[in-house]
Amino acid sequence: MFDALTPAEWTAIGLSLRVATVAAMTSLPLGVAIAYVLARGRFPGRSLVDGLVHLPLVMPPVVTGYLLLLAFGRRGPVGAFLDNAFGIVFAFRWTGAALAAAVMGFPLMVRAIRLSLEAIDTRLEAAASTLGANRLRVFATVTLPLSLPGILAGTVLAFARALGEFGATITFVGNIPGETQTIPTAIYTALQTPGGEAEALRLTALSVVIAFAALIASEALARRAARRVLGR
Amino acid sequence: MTLSVDVTRNLGGFALTAAFANAGGVTALFGRSGAGKTTLVNLIAGLARPDAGHIRLDDTTLVDTDRRVDVPAHRRRVGYVFQEGRLFPHLSVRSNLAYGYRITRRHERWGEFDQVIDLLGIAPLLDRRPAALSGGEKQRVAIGRALLASPRLLLMDEPLASLDAARKEEILPYIERLRDDMKLPIVYVSHAVEEVARLADTLVLMADGRVVASGSVNDVFARLDLRPLTGQFEASVVLSARIVANDAANGTTVLDHPAGRLSVGLLPQRVGALARLRVRARDVALAVGDPGNLSIRNRLAGTIAEMAEGSGQVIEVRLDVGGQPLIARITREASRALDLSVGQPVVALIKSTAFDRLDDFS
Repeated sequence: MFDALTPAEWTAIGLSLRVATVAAMTSLPLGVAIAYVLARGRFPGRSLVDGLVHLPLVMPPVVTGYLLLLAFGRRGPVGAFLDNAFGIVFAFRWTGAALAAAVMGFPLMVRAIRLSLEAIDTRLEAAASTLGANRLRVFATVTLPLSLPGILAGTVLAFARALGEFGATITFVGNIPGETQTIPTAIYTALQTPGGEAEALRLTALSVVIAFAALIASEALARRAARRVLGR
Repeated sequence: MTLSVDVTRNLGGFALTAAFANAGGVTALFGRSGAGKTTLVNLIAGLARPDAGHIRLDDTTLVDTDRRVDVPAHRRRVGYVFQEGRLFPHLSVRSNLAYGYRITRRHERWGEFDQVIDLLGIAPLLDRRPAALSGGEKQRVAIGRALLASPRLLLMDEPLASLDAARKEEILPYIERLRDDMKLPIVYVSHAVEEVARLADTLVLMADGRVVASGSVNDVFARLDLRPLTGQFEASVVLSARIVANDAANGTTVLDHPAGRLSVGLLPQRVGALARLRVRARDVALAVGDPGNLSIRNRLAGTIAEMAEGSGQVIEVRLDVGGQPLIARITREASRALDLSVGQPVVALIKSTAFDRLDDFS
């Protein structure tokens, strides 16, 4: 099994998993915060936030990638600032691939979490406040645990979306083996290379396996979370 | 403990204006659904805000729109037992109970965990999830959860409304213990006469978002002019009297009422206890002067306080018997024959079998 793949392919797989994990995990806190604001907040400009979050879902991924390049590239305003102030560089690094994947998966994550937040019985939160819990405690002890199934679902969706991200990634950070070449871009490269069909097929089979494993794991987690939440 | 409320709140076409004060004990907010009872309780709890007015608990102002005071719900220390329980589904019974207990500062706690669990008989439920509890068990846990947050005032919004008669009977003694043993001031929302008569000392009668009357339970229930609001059930009053003797052999209990001795079927309470007995208006007969030799043992002397037309050929007469109200329902013809009028002294006659024990809830 380990001999079946070349070291370059292993690198692409490892990188894909790292990019997707980092993308899903780092966007999670912001995803919960934005979902909460959209589910509960009543403020002017709410639909603007809603639209911005959903933009990557409807824009061509290449456009998202190009906008990321303009903003986070070495000479982009945000990219230059982060480089000078903190030494953080996104352009043509695996961190950039993670950023692209996070942006693309963000709408799916926010949507799933928001739905579960909206399904929460706010009367339970009112009950918690009559027991002396302030808003932060109510959120941490009632709202968050009750939205756990949605948070899990959103994280898995974002992870899966990150694994499959192609357009924005290749536009933003390119296709550098060992740095930004994930499974999809590796498959693309293999298909562009004469005699690369076998490699493409192996990587394809592997991504099917990874996707399946992620789905099964998320199903199991979601079932456990639902049992916990419903108390069954 | 004194709760004083004077608030208005507009809810799109429905306006709530309420003012009342109570001094401890159980205050019932009584009225039909839609009268504004729950809205009022939510205002006291801090789950809603009045448009104008104030709510004070002793010398603490909970909300005062003039002075721009609005204590948030979590700092009010006002407990709330909801109609639907609202237990946290993701927590065990134990964690539900501990929720407010953990938050409450040690020096503000007045109930010990084990003591409250004993009082409510919920020790066997501690490791279960709320989904695995019956309706009655859920409400007992909800009461325990509210108590363990050591509230200064407990709000109960129709806590028995979703339960059947047997489950109600399961919970009521516990609420009585809160009243009698813990001396916890309670605002109790209900539209059930029996519950209110059994539990409450003070009654606030609400209709269409207004307080129509408030006062002692008996006084309000006995007022004939309020009968359209209170009398969707059969007219009755509750007499309180102290037990002076229990005769198990003959199956009778003798009570001392300010207006005379009462003899009823054997009661479970000890001698010296205060019993609450319900008497229906249709079971009370009136006599002018000495009624002479009758099988009816219970004779209470009183005066006529109010007379009102009932439906059909019926007149309802409210008496003052030893400071307590009593309603008699008699025919118009009988009233004419006796030539009854307000202020007249009469004797009320009640058969021993006509008393309903209020702790024997039916």
